[in-house]
Amino acid sequence: MSKVKVATLWFSGCSGCHMSLLDIDEVFIELAARIELCNSPITDLKTFPEGGVDVTIIEGAVANEEHLHLVKEARAKSKILIALGDCAVTGNVPGMRNGIPTDKLIEGIYGKETTTNGQLPYDVVPHLLDRVRPIHEVVPVEFFLHGCPPPPGVIAKAILALLDGKTPELVGEDLKFG
Amino acid sequence: METIRLKIDGREITTAAGKTVLEVATENGIRIPTLCHLEGLADVGACRLCIVEIAGQLVTSCTTEVANEMVVKTQTEAIKKHRRQILELLFAEGNHVCSFCVSNGNCELQDLACELEMHSVTVPYAYPRNRVDASHPWFLIDRDRCVLCGRCVRACAEVEGAHTWAFAERGHTARVITDLDVDWGDAESCTSCGKCVEACPTGALVFKGVSNAEMTKDSDLVARLIERRDNE
Repeated sequence: MSKVKVATLWFSGCSGCHMSLLDIDEVFIELAARIELCNSPITDLKTFPEGGVDVTIIEGAVANEEHLHLVKEARAKSKILIALGDCAVTGNVPGMRNGIPTDKLIEGIYGKETTTNGQLPYDVVPHLLDRVRPIHEVVPVEFFLHGCPPPPGVIAKAILALLDGKTPELVGEDLKFG
Repeated sequence: METIRLKIDGREITTAAGKTVLEVATENGIRIPTLCHLEGLADVGACRLCIVEIAGQLVTSCTTEVANEMVVKTQTEAIKKHRRQILELLFAEGNHVCSFCVSNGNCELQDLACELEMHSVTVPYAYPRNRVDASHPWFLIDRDRCVLCGRCVRACAEVEGAHTWAFAERGHTARVITDLDVDWGDAESCTSCGKCVEACPTGALVFKGVSNAEMTKDSDLVARLIERRDNE
């Protein structure tokens, strides 16, 4: 049986959701036999394999131009997209900057107000979007894993259900934000 | 005492006249989700989450009196869909960031997302710029987390009799204010009793000094006080 190809992406988030993913402990032994982890902060592979993947799990909100590019690529190259955690599902903490004009924000953080010889990050690093968006505001998403971070048990339950060809049953406490 | 016979979700129920559909359903162990309802306070049908179907119409069960031969449905797919949509709008029009809210884990809005199976908010978030008022020595109001249920307004008026809280403006600019829209700390009518804080279903009204997930509410306080008052 060929392995199920899984990618994970890290957008505007604290990496706590990836930590929670790593916290599924012994479930990894089962996963190791059944999935091939492709591009992911964990493997440090940067690009989607040729032919795409079966599942892409995305942590974080869409906050800059790189995220916007990647989320569209992920959608095009994945059969199933999972929004992992509150930033990906709601915008959460990164979304709190929405309503503040981006230029004012950059100026406030990198400009003279907070640092001496501050340089505005307009070169090399991706530009911020006007507004931070949850994943599903940009591309369609199949499954939403709530929580900051989502509990490891919920992540394991969702992945294992998908591997068995079933729809993850996310109910009750599984849908708790925060 | 006049008795009423009605059907809720196919169950024959006999009850006293003058009660609301929500009251009778609750007495009979039939759960209808609520947010602006608080035991002891007058019901106003503000949040619309307790909608049920009666004779093909969606009505708020907290403001609808039971009647003879009434047939009530509380859990059809259409009702569930409408409730979820109402809840999505509540989340979208505020700035509800559960992860670091003081009421994380003790919030009726957060619980409703689980109960009503709200997987995502399908409308764009509004991200309003709301004013936090921390001028009161003990309490503060974070209007980002306010759902305009009016439980504070009613607890203040009906139980404390102070009438400090009121609504100002309409539509998406509606907000709760103290006295004639002065800072809470300057509101002369406020007795600092704290009933509004206990009545608030979210982290909008909280005690100062609580950190992430530390705020718990004594939401039965109002009902206990009313019971004591009525027994005197």
